[in-house]
Amino acid sequence: MNGSPSILEVKDLQVTKAGTLVLDIPALMIEEGEILSLIGPNGAGKTTLLQTLARLIKPSAGEFFFKGRQASPNLSDLEYRRRVAMVFQEPLLFDTTVFENVASGLKIRGMQGPEIRKIVTENLEQFGISHLLHRSARKISGGEAQRVALARSFATRPEVLLLDEPFSSLDPPTRESLLADLESILRRTKTTTVMATHDRMEALRFSDRVAVMNQGRILQVGPPAEVMNQPLDEFVASFVGVETILPGRVIKKNGGSFVASIMGYEVEAVGEVELGESVVFCIRPENVTLAVHPSKESSSARNFFSGKILKIIPMGLYHKVQLHCGFPLVAYVTGHSLENLALTEGKEVVAYFKATSIHVVKKKGGQV
Amino acid sequence: MDLIFEGILKAFYLLITFDPEVMGITLLSLQVSGTATFISLLIGISIGTLVALAEFPGRRFVVSLINTGMGLPPVVVGLFVTIFLWRSGPLGFLGILYTPAAMILAQAIIATPIVMGITLAAIQALPKNLRLQILALGATRLQMVWILIKEAKLPLLAGVMAGFGGVISEVGASIMVGGNIKGYSRVLTTATVMETSRGNFDVAIALGIILLLLAYLINLILTQVQQRERPR
Repeated sequence: MNGSPSILEVKDLQVTKAGTLVLDIPALMIEEGEILSLIGPNGAGKTTLLQTLARLIKPSAGEFFFKGRQASPNLSDLEYRRRVAMVFQEPLLFDTTVFENVASGLKIRGMQGPEIRKIVTENLEQFGISHLLHRSARKISGGEAQRVALARSFATRPEVLLLDEPFSSLDPPTRESLLADLESILRRTKTTTVMATHDRMEALRFSDRVAVMNQGRILQVGPPAEVMNQPLDEFVASFVGVETILPGRVIKKNGGSFVASIMGYEVEAVGEVELGESVVFCIRPENVTLAVHPSKESSSARNFFSGKILKIIPMGLYHKVQLHCGFPLVAYVTGHSLENLALTEGKEVVAYFKATSIHVVKKKGGQV
Repeated sequence: MDLIFEGILKAFYLLITFDPEVMGITLLSLQVSGTATFISLLIGISIGTLVALAEFPGRRFVVSLINTGMGLPPVVVGLFVTIFLWRSGPLGFLGILYTPAAMILAQAIIATPIVMGITLAAIQALPKNLRLQILALGATRLQMVWILIKEAKLPLLAGVMAGFGGVISEVGASIMVGGNIKGYSRVLTTATVMETSRGNFDVAIALGIILLLLAYLINLILTQVQQRERPR
C-alpha cells in the first residue's frame, strides 16, 4: 500500500452536527484507481463520510488533500467538485429528458454543442440505455433512472467517483445487472471509487479494499479477504459474517497453540497470547462441521463438542444451524447434508472445527 | 327571465363584434394585472427561493408572515396604497393616485405574497438531496439556485396563475386606487361593478363572461400542473 500514489487523503477529519461528533477519521488514504467500499450499519457515518469527501459537508476539523493539493487554501471547493462526482441513493434526476440529464454536468461546466452530444451518447451506450435518449426522466423505471444517474456522473469524467448505496432501492435482478455493468465500467476506466453499501457481499465482490464503519469511525480497513478472515474486533467480525463470537480466557499454552476456557469449555486455537489474557474467538459458520456420531475424520479436529440443535433456518443455498454445546455455535450446512444427517431441531449432534480456523481477537485493555 | 336572456344575447353581440369599449377594458385589465404579476414574480420568486434555502433565526416567523400575506384582503391593500399615494402622503409626490400605475402597485402588493408563498413551498418540496446533487455536479451557488427554480417550474407556474388569478378578479383595491375612470383606469372588475349598479346588465354580463373565460383558462393550466408527476 505504501508507495502507491494517493489521490485523496484526509487527516484528523471531524464532522460535528448539532454539537455531536458524527464523523471522526484520524487518517484515510485513497489510492488512485482503487475501489474502496464503506460498509457498516445504518447511521455508521458512511453517507456523512462520502458527502465530506465530495466537499458537500464542511468538516469541523481536519486536513483534506486531493492529489497533494490541500483544500481549501490551494484548491477551491468548486474546482474540486468539478473533478469528482457523486451518485446518491435516489437517482435525483432533473425534470427533463434523459439526454438533458446526462448533459447537465457538462452544461454546468460551460461545454456546448456537438461535444456534449458525443459524450452523452457514449455514456448512454456504456450503461445500455441509448434507447432512452429522448424519453422524459419522469417516465422511466427505477433501474433505468439509476443508470441515467450513473451516466450523468460518468459524463463529467470524474477523477473520483463517490457512490452512496445507489443500488439499495432496486430489486435483486435489476441490481445484479447494474452491478455487473458498473463493475466492468469501473475496471475499464480505472476510476477511483468510494462506494458505501450496507450489503457486505456487494462490497466483498467489488472492492480492492473494504472499510468497516460504525458510529462515525472506521474500525478496520483492508483487502476484503483480510477484513473477512481477520476482523480486528467483535463488531467487525459480526458485520462481516462471523456468526459465532465467544469471549474467553487463556488457560494453557503449548507451542504455537493455546487453550482458552469458553464458558467452562476448553477450546483450542492458534496464536500468540499470554496466559490469563482475555480473548474473543471468531468462528465462521462455514468452518463448523456437523456429524451425528464422532468419526475418525472428526478426531483430527482439536475441537469437538456435542450439542443440541436449537434452530434450523433456510438461507437459500444453505441452512443455518444454531446449536447449543454449552456455548452457542452456528454452522452452515448444505441442503444435501441436512437430509443425509437427518438434522432436525432438538437433535443431538457433534460439531467440530479446527484450531486454525478460529480467528482470535485480543481484547483491548487485557482484562474484561 | 327576459332580462337575463336579452342580457346574454347582447353580451355575445358585444363580444363577437369586438366592441371597442369592452375590448379596451379587457386589454387594460390584462395590461395592469399582467404587469403586476410580472413584478410580483421578480420579487416573489427571488425572496421565496431565498427563504426556502436559507437558514436564519426567525425563519418560521417569516414563513408564517408570507403565508398570512397570501390572503391579504384587497380592500386593506387599497386603503394603504391610497394613504401612501395621497397628495399629502409619504409617496404623494409621485402623483400616481387614480392612474393605472397605482393599480399595478396595489395589485403587485396583493400578488407578491401569493407567488412568494407558492415559491417557498415549491422549492421546499423538492427532494432534500437535490441541492447536494446539483452541487456535486459542479454547480456554483447561482447555478444551483437556477436549476432548483427550473426543477420547481411546474408548481411555480401554479404560483404565476394563482397570482394572476388573484389580481385580475380583484375589485376593491383597483377601484380605490384607480378610480374606475372611463378609458383610463377602468378594468373588467370595476366596470362590472359599475355597469351592474347602473342596470346595464348586457355589458356587465359580457365583462363577466370574459372574466369567467380567464378564470377557466387559469384553472385549466393549474389542473395540468397538478396532474404531472415528479421524475425519479
